[in-house]
Amino acid sequence: MDKSVNENTKSTLLKTGFFNRLETLLPKAVLFPTFAIAAIFIYGFIGWTTWISFTDSRLLPKYELAGFIQYITLFTKEPRWWVAVGNLFIFSILFISICIVIGLLLAIFLDQRIRGESFFRTIYLYPMALSFIVTGAAWRWILNPNLGLERLVQQLGFSEFTFRWLVDSHMAIYTIVIAAVWQSSGFVLALFLAGLRGIDPAIIKAAQVDGASLPRIYWRIIIPSLRPVFLSAVIILMHISIKSFDLVMVLTRGGPGYSTDMPATFMYAFSFNRGRLGFGAASAVIMFLAVMAIIIPYLYSELRGTRNER
Amino acid sequence: MRIFKCVLFVLIIFSIFGCQGKGGPGEVEVLHWWTSGGEAASLAVLKQLLEAEGHTWKDFAVAGGGGDQAMTVLKSRAVAGNPPAAAQVKGPQIQLWGDEGVLTNLDDVAKAENWDAILPKVVADIMKYKGNYVAVPVNVHRINWMWCNPAVFEKAGATIPTTWEEFETACQKIQAAGLIPVAWGGQPWQEATVFETIVAGVSGTDFYKKTMVQADPAALESDTMVKVLNTLKMIKQYTDPGAPGRDWNLATAMVIKGEAGMQFMGDWAKGEFTAAGKTPDVDYVAAPAPGTAKQFLFNIDSFIMFKVAKKNEAAQKAMARLILQPKFQEVFNINKGSIPVRMGMSEEPFDAPARLAMKDFSESSRSGDLVPSMAHEMAVMPAIRGAIMDAVTNFYNSDMTAEAAAKQLATAVKAAM
Repeated sequence: MDKSVNENTKSTLLKTGFFNRLETLLPKAVLFPTFAIAAIFIYGFIGWTTWISFTDSRLLPKYELAGFIQYITLFTKEPRWWVAVGNLFIFSILFISICIVIGLLLAIFLDQRIRGESFFRTIYLYPMALSFIVTGAAWRWILNPNLGLERLVQQLGFSEFTFRWLVDSHMAIYTIVIAAVWQSSGFVLALFLAGLRGIDPAIIKAAQVDGASLPRIYWRIIIPSLRPVFLSAVIILMHISIKSFDLVMVLTRGGPGYSTDMPATFMYAFSFNRGRLGFGAASAVIMFLAVMAIIIPYLYSELRGTRNER
Repeated sequence: MRIFKCVLFVLIIFSIFGCQGKGGPGEVEVLHWWTSGGEAASLAVLKQLLEAEGHTWKDFAVAGGGGDQAMTVLKSRAVAGNPPAAAQVKGPQIQLWGDEGVLTNLDDVAKAENWDAILPKVVADIMKYKGNYVAVPVNVHRINWMWCNPAVFEKAGATIPTTWEEFETACQKIQAAGLIPVAWGGQPWQEATVFETIVAGVSGTDFYKKTMVQADPAALESDTMVKVLNTLKMIKQYTDPGAPGRDWNLATAMVIKGEAGMQFMGDWAKGEFTAAGKTPDVDYVAAPAPGTAKQFLFNIDSFIMFKVAKKNEAAQKAMARLILQPKFQEVFNINKGSIPVRMGMSEEPFDAPARLAMKDFSESSRSGDLVPSMAHEMAVMPAIRGAIMDAVTNFYNSDMTAEAAAKQLATAVKAAM
């Protein structure tokens, strides 16, 4: 009797042991391919690019290290690089702040329970359905002095009117901001609208009972409670602005001259058109470090935040 | 299982027979970006000639980006150790590929076909790596053309200029008549095209060679260069505000429609006039750019040949031979609007601008005024070309002085060396 019971429990133990092991192994086995792909194609190539940036690679990659020579050339001898970096700052700051202001204002207006809200919401969101290529091509025609806005207003009778930002090397970067804001502010509107709908109406009612005016309610209660939405909007817009390659390529092609060059277009031109792979890789690594400088503090604060909540 | 075995057996048989084809007919894989209608039709002639000799042609066309895409593909194939038999690569980049040690030696074909005699020396030198032929030239484009609309000149009472002083007078007259003097495409490569034409026209062939071919920093910041840059900037007031970013063919259309008087562009602009049904010397005039009547700035397309498997060597050499034979040279270049790179061919089948170009090509090859184009990647390494183009386009599109621009030009070129 005892013996058979013992054997019985033993076999169930074995079985559960197997299933237990399978249960712990299966998620790992399923996750492994994606993990391996990410390790090779993201982190592997980050490492590869970094290595190339320390070599004297020209047309094809070479692997003998040559020290910091590419970085020194990049920072001391290449005026175009500084134009690209300056443009990135101008573009990111204006693009992110204008998008957030317009998106927030539109969201607040739409949140007033107006009639035809879904109609307006669709209109504002539509630009986002287009790719930057389409946006760029459309704005290139709109802003072209011979075809677009300037000509239209002149034909309306204001013959003195000029609007030539697109062809002016000092102002062309702002036309990229205009096109990018047009495209992305509807998306920010959607983010904020979702945030606004998530606020408990009881809080607003309570504030109204206390006699707070509507602007004051928005300024003191609603906008501060949208803080997480601000954060995600900034992060999303930031990566759009650092990746801004297609819009520049279509709208201005980096011109007039190279006045609207961005680090991404700079990197492409030098690594692939000019056979300076090492130099292009150095600029790519600098871009990568810039992104890390933003992402790491963000991740740090996020991770620490969740730990504290526990 | 049985089907599987059958398939395997058939495959083995085929591979055995396939291997026996050594030395006989082979296959050439050709990487190129001639995909537009006329260009593709021109290249199909080469395919037919090759197939008539029993070889097979494997087309490997990569469209887009003016060859950038094709170069990216070629690099990855070469790195993987599996390059095509031939690829469309030109100018000093041939030397870069030579440095990689992947190119084959075509000297036996060159000797049998007497390439040294039928090609101008300056062209042959570009096709050689360390004294051996590694590439075959296909066609010649002349860069220093000025495309004029005679109706515009007539309306303004101006004559087609042959010097830069006359050019300015003509521009003033056309502007006074309410038309745009110069159809300008504001893209860096087009600005560089005009720039190098001015270098040749204002300061002569020797200075051109020193700056645009040898990239001598001292010459690049000399007073002569300042004069060239000032001439370039002078043209800006005779262009319209819509110029920045404009494609070259849209600028050509302005000349065709009579909105603008002239355009500086290579001879591929002729295709636009032909497509619009215009006749040379009646509806449009192709004149050498001011001061460059005797000079010939050339852009030559060529195929580099890679080392291939033994069985395909015969096919590859046949392709190299056929490219330079009169038959292909004639058909291809008439279709493409360029002129033959092989000298001494009959001018009969070509049109008026091409005949003038052919005459100037052989004359300039004797006088030494035949020079490679910087803007079209024939003269200097891509890195230096990029540096020159950056400096030129930045100068043209900003309020910089010509002196500062010349200094920047020299600094940028030194950094890119």
